[in-house]
Amino acid sequence: MTPRRRIAPSAVIWLLFGAAYFLIPLLASLLVSLRDDQTAKCCTLGNYGYILHDHQFWSTIRLSFIVALETIFLTLLLLVPTVYWVHLKVPRLRPLIGFLALVPFVVAPIILVVGLLDVYRGTPQWFYGEPYGFLTAAYVILAFPYMYFSLDTGFRSIDVHTLTEASQSLGAGWPTTLFRVILPNIRAAALAGSFLTLAIVMGEYTIASLAQFNVFSVYVQYVNQNKGYPAAAVTLLAFAITWAAMLALAAVGRGRRMAPVAEGAR
Amino acid sequence: MIGAFQSPDGGYTLDNVRALFDEPYRTAFKNSIEVSLVTAILGGVFGLLIAYSAIRDGTPRVIRTGLTTFSGVAANFAGIPLAAAFISTLGVLGVVTEFMTKQLGYNPYDHGFSLFTKTGIEIVYLYFQIPLMILVIAPAIDGLRREWREAASGLGASSFQFWRYVGTPILLPSLLSAIVLLFGNSFAAYATAYGLTSGSVGLVPITIGFFLSGDVFDNPHLGQALAFGMFVVLGLMMLAYIPLQKVSSRWMR
Repeated sequence: MTPRRRIAPSAVIWLLFGAAYFLIPLLASLLVSLRDDQTAKCCTLGNYGYILHDHQFWSTIRLSFIVALETIFLTLLLLVPTVYWVHLKVPRLRPLIGFLALVPFVVAPIILVVGLLDVYRGTPQWFYGEPYGFLTAAYVILAFPYMYFSLDTGFRSIDVHTLTEASQSLGAGWPTTLFRVILPNIRAAALAGSFLTLAIVMGEYTIASLAQFNVFSVYVQYVNQNKGYPAAAVTLLAFAITWAAMLALAAVGRGRRMAPVAEGAR
Repeated sequence: MIGAFQSPDGGYTLDNVRALFDEPYRTAFKNSIEVSLVTAILGGVFGLLIAYSAIRDGTPRVIRTGLTTFSGVAANFAGIPLAAAFISTLGVLGVVTEFMTKQLGYNPYDHGFSLFTKTGIEIVYLYFQIPLMILVIAPAIDGLRREWREAASGLGASSFQFWRYVGTPILLPSLLSAIVLLFGNSFAAYATAYGLTSGSVGLVPITIGFFLSGDVFDNPHLGQALAFGMFVVLGLMMLAYIPLQKVSSRWMR
């Protein structure tokens, strides 16, 4: 059988169907975002100007970004040594941790927030009442599976034992081994996990809104409910943020097969 | 979690969990399960067809790469912005609604359609369900090796026989596990449905949201019982998912 060179007609139909389904809402948002707020006529950039001059836009985006950085830092701090240790000393535990990493999928954000609001009630105000405390704690749980699977892939592709022994026989202690030998080797995996976490945190709405923190996605919903055309503009800006994070992810993950799947935003 | 089994005065009770089987919570669970099933199955079918079209012989490689990157973005483009994008598209004053009314003389809102119903939610959920399906099923389609296809046709098998005896049995576990994953994905979704309908369609997550935001005051433990009910459904889903995942990963190297 000679392999077919030409693209099959049914394949063209399905791909066109897919493209239409996914591009039409984006195109529609673009058209709506260019309408004038008063006359509903095309075309003006006024809606983008409105959003970009709204100080709420900048303050919420800044808050979400800081929470995201904090989450990434804490998750890496917790997981890099753990995954390293598991790979080096107790590989038997890998299936167990892999199973634990599935727990956040069963305990969905909407369930998690019910539990967390109850469990943390009565903790100090600087934690319970601040996004940097409560929200970060919740997001570390959400980010755990993505960071774990990312790091696990990274650690599997390097020879942990040889690297550790080589580093120790050259006289390095644990901190030196971890920071100067292991970390540079799993940098791509750690970055990939970080960009996924960034995308999740920037889009997360369920926990933030129900715990009443005014983060970026809550601002998007506020615009969505109160302003017609600027809502389309802020939608496209949010889409651009997701694109940026995913493109960065694709860039660091080049050559490796990885499924960037995030669930935080649902 | 313990709160689900407590009564308002602090004693232990099963009443809250029992209440889940009464109205309006029964309907909420029914709606949620219905929306999840529909979007999991439709998303699964369309995702499979699109992924297969992109991967099969003859399709330029660049389409495959583009599709994977785009699916990564689209699977993550959910929640409030997604709802807003669809309101711009198919809402009462949406671009597509206007186009259909003016150019085709058919206003879907005059014929019983509304974006702010269960059907609307399903259409919007498919926007992240289909890409998720593409992402999880692509490695399985890659696992269908071309040699098998050639071996089958070398032995005189027709295209139908290939799919009946080779393709489907190998893909089936992956397909089922992906559909189970899609079900859970849509069952747990809150932000998209809330952004779209502001809660007018009673899904379980939306109902929990009402309890948490204080719109319903009678018994806070009912909210926890609802969360417990969701946890049970998603737990069952995971129990189905893990063994299917083990079987399906056998063919993927």
